[in-house]
Amino acid sequence: MNMSTNPKKLRGFERYVKVDNVSRRSILKGLGLAGGFVLAAPVMSRPGFAAYKTGAGEMPHGTVVDPRVFVAIAPDGIVTIVAHRAEMGTGVRTSLPMIVAEEMEADWSRVRIQQAHGDEVKFGNQDTDGSRSTRHYLIPMRQIGASARTMLEGAAAKRWGVPATEVKAVNHEVVHSASGRRIGFGDLAADAAKQSVPSVEGLRLKDPKDFRYLGKGQISMVDLRDITVGTARYGADVRLPGMKYAVIARPPVTGGKVASFDGAAAMKVSGVEKVMEVKGWPWPSKFQPLGGVAVIARNTGAAIKGRDALKIVWDDGANGKYESVAYRAELEAAARKPGLVVRKEGDVEAALKGADKVIVGEYYLPHLAHVAMEPPVAVADVKGDKAEIWGPVQSAGGTREDVAKTLGIPQENVTVNVTLLGGGFGRKSKCDFAIEAALLSKELGAPVKVQWTREDDIRNGFLHTVSVERIEAGLDKSGKVTAWRHRSVAPSIASTFAAGALHQAPFELGMGLVDMPFEIANVQCENPEAAARTRIGWFRSVSNIPRAFAVQSMVAELAQATKRDPKDMLLELIGSPRIVKLDSVKDLWNYGEPYDSYPIDTARLRKVVELVAEKGGWGRSIPKGHGLGIAAHRSFVSYIATIVEVAVDDKGKLTVPRVDTAIDCGTYVNPERIQSQIEGAAIMGLSLAKHGAVTFKDGKVQQGNFDDSPLLRIDESPAVTNVYIVPPGPDTPPSGVGEPGVPPFAPALINAIFAATGKRIRALPIGKQLEA
Amino acid sequence: MITLKINGQQKNWDGDPDLPLLWFLRDEAGLTGTKYGCGQALCGACTVIVDKQAIRACITSVSDVVDREVTTIEGLHPTGDHAVQKAWRQLNVPQCGFCQVGQIMQAAALLLENPKPNHDQIREAMAGNICRCGCYQRIENAVHLASTGV
Ligand code: FES
Ligand code: FES
Repeated sequence: MNMSTNPKKLRGFERYVKVDNVSRRSILKGLGLAGGFVLAAPVMSRPGFAAYKTGAGEMPHGTVVDPRVFVAIAPDGIVTIVAHRAEMGTGVRTSLPMIVAEEMEADWSRVRIQQAHGDEVKFGNQDTDGSRSTRHYLIPMRQIGASARTMLEGAAAKRWGVPATEVKAVNHEVVHSASGRRIGFGDLAADAAKQSVPSVEGLRLKDPKDFRYLGKGQISMVDLRDITVGTARYGADVRLPGMKYAVIARPPVTGGKVASFDGAAAMKVSGVEKVMEVKGWPWPSKFQPLGGVAVIARNTGAAIKGRDALKIVWDDGANGKYESVAYRAELEAAARKPGLVVRKEGDVEAALKGADKVIVGEYYLPHLAHVAMEPPVAVADVKGDKAEIWGPVQSAGGTREDVAKTLGIPQENVTVNVTLLGGGFGRKSKCDFAIEAALLSKELGAPVKVQWTREDDIRNGFLHTVSVERIEAGLDKSGKVTAWRHRSVAPSIASTFAAGALHQAPFELGMGLVDMPFEIANVQCENPEAAARTRIGWFRSVSNIPRAFAVQSMVAELAQATKRDPKDMLLELIGSPRIVKLDSVKDLWNYGEPYDSYPIDTARLRKVVELVAEKGGWGRSIPKGHGLGIAAHRSFVSYIATIVEVAVDDKGKLTVPRVDTAIDCGTYVNPERIQSQIEGAAIMGLSLAKHGAVTFKDGKVQQGNFDDSPLLRIDESPAVTNVYIVPPGPDTPPSGVGEPGVPPFAPALINAIFAATGKRIRALPIGKQLEA
Repeated sequence: MITLKINGQQKNWDGDPDLPLLWFLRDEAGLTGTKYGCGQALCGACTVIVDKQAIRACITSVSDVVDREVTTIEGLHPTGDHAVQKAWRQLNVPQCGFCQVGQIMQAAALLLENPKPNHDQIREAMAGNICRCGCYQRIENAVHLASTGV
């Protein structure tokens, strides 16, 4: 049982960065470089852990269930477990290895974590995105741990000459209770490595009632101490001997390029060593770099100062006229006309005509930038036909592929070392910054760090889309909603990959538009065309942000129109407990998950609404000027409901005294990190609702740093966020946590503001809209 | 030649005297605990303590801190067990962690000046430090915990 022990295989990362405490030489020589076997989709049926399927097998390279790849045991008993997903604050670098430790009966205090480099053939899919890690890896990680345990038990039984059924791994040792003999994992490691890897089908998984770590939440993140003492290594912290520091002036308009430049003044800046043009790719450029002019220096400060002294003439290209006010008008015009029908039940047109009352809500949500605290940064060392990358990448495998392709070398020659990510939120799923470093290193023949400044991050990113969501709801005389037409117009992420993508992709339509769960007889969803004028990318919870905003605002608008309680209105619209049938939707994405395991279950959606209403004191008496708002949304196959209490003073100053959120994310691993994700989602939700907007004029982003693009600060933060986690049933598959907290926040907030002030906000950010 | 005193050690610098302290610390002295987040004194990621005050290293030139004591996270406490650091761990404050060094340095400076800050004073003192992950509730609680004894 071993990872690679060949010293030649030591990755460069380990030369400069402390990854674990294991002395490499102490790791046993074991089964060498076996590739492991790939499961199409894991299925397990065990008492207390019923069968379910996930979409893991549909991801590139699927899952690898092989203890030889993920677990190594040293003679001193230290167990090293590989973390193959990227840590950006969700705790995944702790929680996935913890699942392995749980099943193998390892004592967590004797477990060390080794971060995997990018190699999806070896480790399975590594794209840490889409709130997928726990739901795709809970079972595979349990199987890996159970395999390791079985091998350890087999080795002990063999040594003692007793049947394997008589021995049991307990807390880092194997015990033969009949004879009272026991032997530690370290002593067994060499023999265990000689055991054959058991078949997945025959594995015995632990009974969940015996779990020591899973679902308990008492284990802190493995990086906690390093973070507090400043030794945690992010992409920006990697330093190599002889490394150069680079910043790049990129085209201010998407699709633009350098016409000419003058680097003479930049070269005069102390510490600047070189000024050079760097290659860019024509729009749509996928994850390839935008190009521009690079300044190379002995430190980052000198490179930035040198860049400030550059004189560049840009050729702006086709997007030089992109202007946000005009674009909004274009989107609104499109939303007022019929568009591509993507879901249709009953006859919405007739139902709207025959309605007693039609309520129309048109909602606008602007572009957002990810603004992870660590802006994009990467280090590359390219020598001949070999490349080594260090960086905060969400997709180590994808980075490896793209760097190899760009440099024209085989993937096997590219090593991607994954550092901690100083936040990701989808930005670091795109590896343009790593490719930039690779290209520069190749050119310069030296290791290079490319550091994005905050301005680069906001002006040259892959922005969250901009959208108009228009909902028309028809009510009959009794106040029942009989018709629902939702038109969603927004430039698609597909436009970053293919020219002329005018419609949203199934994975965007499936985020709160076509999967809208309300029980209404006549429903039609439409997607009119929208052309992108800048790079669009995934942003934490993606299209769910505008969709939940529109749908959940509309619920409260309907409550107002019919003089109902908004929570009652919401429950009435969700309707009876049922599995929603969406036969008219051609390509129901469902977050990549099979519908059988992960259907839209309105009983679960009702449950989180009822739970948050009860725990959060819906309808409680609140001071004058305060208001309560509620919203619920299913995303990343989790169910979530939020109540926000706001206070708005007579000057329009908004504060948030309290937030309550209930989440049903199925079977879970670490409730403490779920809580922190939901607390964080409330802050991000409030931040985007109050301040979030990236706007364009003359094709250029008008913001650049935290002065004109503010993020929420502690003095605006909710006083308290309470989180209630629905206990999973024995058969409930795990679902997403990292993203689902964001979408319901803004509509709950806006509904609360309405309750407090009577002002209905339909366009974000709130900005000065509350000021009289 | 400029001589700086960082965490009790002398460091020499013969380059640009206007170089922001942040980049001297990170790129020239190899003290990477201090982070870059904005370069404009807007986020607090680069917070270090000079003499007894929190400052933003991104807008402070190396020449500004000659003859002064610069303390970075690496020098905050010999074993990393400053009350603020302990409180941070006890309450599991960080998510991604990138802002946390700046938060901890700011909190440590606050407690030097005001050992028992109240709710409003904590919020006011910490308002220059952005946490994109949204750990504010725990930051506030941890400062409070550090001030009342961990
Ligand atoms: S980097 Fe200095 S305050 Fe942001
Ligand atoms: S913990 Fe990520 S920015 Fe604060």
